[in-house]
Amino acid sequence: MTDAKTILIVDDDPDFRLPLRLQLEAAGYTVVEACDRDEAHATIAAQRPAAVIQDLMMDQPDTGFTLCYEMKRHHPDLPIIMVTGVASETGIEFETVTEEERSWIKADVILAKPIRFEQLKRELDRLL
Amino acid sequence: MDHQLTVLIVDDEEGMRLGAQRALRNFTCQLDDAECSVSFTTQMVDSGEAAIEACQGETRPDIILLDHKLPGITGIEVLEQLGSEGLGDSLVIMISAYANIETAVRATRQGAYDFIPKPFTPAELRYVVQKAAGRLVLSRQARALAAENRRVRFEFIRVLGHELKAPLGVVESYLDLIRNRTLGEDLPAYDEIVGRSLTRLQGMRKLILDLLDMTKLESGQRERSLEDIDLSAVARSTAEAMEPQAAERGISLTIAGAEHLHMQADPAEIEMILNNLVSNAIKYNRDQGSVTITIGEDAEAITLAVSDTGIGMTEDERERLFGEFVRIRNAATKDILGTGLGLSILKRLVQLYHGSVTVDSTPGEGSTFTVRLPRSGE
Ligand SMILES: Nc1ncnc2c1ncn2[C@@H]1O[C@H](COP(=O)(O)OP(=O)(O)OP(=O)(O)O)[C@@H](O)[C@H]1O
Ligand SMILES: [Mg+2]
Repeated sequence: MTDAKTILIVDDDPDFRLPLRLQLEAAGYTVVEACDRDEAHATIAAQRPAAVIQDLMMDQPDTGFTLCYEMKRHHPDLPIIMVTGVASETGIEFETVTEEERSWIKADVILAKPIRFEQLKRELDRLL
Repeated sequence: MDHQLTVLIVDDEEGMRLGAQRALRNFTCQLDDAECSVSFTTQMVDSGEAAIEACQGETRPDIILLDHKLPGITGIEVLEQLGSEGLGDSLVIMISAYANIETAVRATRQGAYDFIPKPFTPAELRYVVQKAAGRLVLSRQARALAAENRRVRFEFIRVLGHELKAPLGVVESYLDLIRNRTLGEDLPAYDEIVGRSLTRLQGMRKLILDLLDMTKLESGQRERSLEDIDLSAVARSTAEAMEPQAAERGISLTIAGAEHLHMQADPAEIEMILNNLVSNAIKYNRDQGSVTITIGEDAEAITLAVSDTGIGMTEDERERLFGEFVRIRNAATKDILGTGLGLSILKRLVQLYHGSVTVDSTPGEGSTFTVRLPRSGE
């Protein structure tokens, strides 16, 4: 059984997870965290979260992609919200996701950083 | 490295074309400045029109041996029609039977690189071709180097931008929580996130300071003051400065090896080298571990070794270590803060002394970083 109120946050930066956790908890969710792929898989098996929020860029450039793909394969119905960086104002691109890459990402929603919580909340309400 | 350059021979006299081809066919020249040797392949055409066509083709010739007096358009007209765009970086050597100053000047104005009067001997031809080849190869090497430097610079700025943006994003998101009173009206509830914000800002400050250090080293602007220093004294002062950080985790700091070993060096630089190594040896150690600074010497060099009983690293990790912004990310390092610039700064410092750094390490057991500073480099 999945717990409709439990959300898994996956990112290697604890300072990405903490503010999200605090906001989600304030909104009445239960939050579990994982800092890498292995932990993410273990947590999904143990805690059965209702949705996952993950950063595309984890320790290595590909881990985000891979994790997302693996989660979708093992748990096709588990909604995934992918968070990605956006092009900076300076015109130099930082980890921007191209249209083609987007088509490869199997996430249900792709949100650009910095994420606005109201938008995240809306997506969660829609997906759950 | 060896280069092959194509020479386009443009002459209406068949004898001239074949003669030039024969002179260049088995000719290999050694370019000492460019540290390479060059050999040549030849193409031949008998008119200016055909030469223009050859230059517009897929593979542009590198060197063009261009006769001035041709049946259709003249050699100089070929240059005019091609223009600098059409020539690219190809070099033109004008050939003329009626060698006169005026033709030479006009040809040069139109972009010809050199001039050879007809008739010429094979040796004379080889000489001008070798000169052109040298110029061409050197300028291509310079261009490739400049492009590589631009790429490295861009990559550096890209990663730097990312490293600076990350803490800003974090602090912003914590401030948002405070503004929205997400954790209620009680201030103490926010202590943790205020603490985390400060830590990330400190990290950002360290990044900027490291960056300035590095830029100063790179630009050679740092004023160096070489003086006679006692390495054990420098090691002691480093150890003292690091003691609180070590004590917090029950790590012992020991200085071993030669006492009162002296060398000519900038004390601030040696301190920076030791600080970087000792700070890593503490950061990547286990609680209750130990760190040893060993000062030694042999016939050619003075050695500073810093060993720890920490997490160590694999061979693959060891190779990447000294790169800018490189941090080894794994379960053991995930909560350790750092900019990944420490060792690249160290590498630059060691280069100032024409020295070297080596790493010995066993995963899970510990690492030893050894800096060798040759006496001749003092
Ligand atoms: N003694 C050590 N034992 C194990 N790993 C080490 C050791 N020293 C360095 N490393 C690894 O090498 C990486 C690069 O080290 P470096 O000193 O350049 O950066 P840093 O310590 O992460 O940041 P800082 O710029 O703050 O020093 C570290 O992130 C760490 O993973
Ligand atoms: Mg360091």
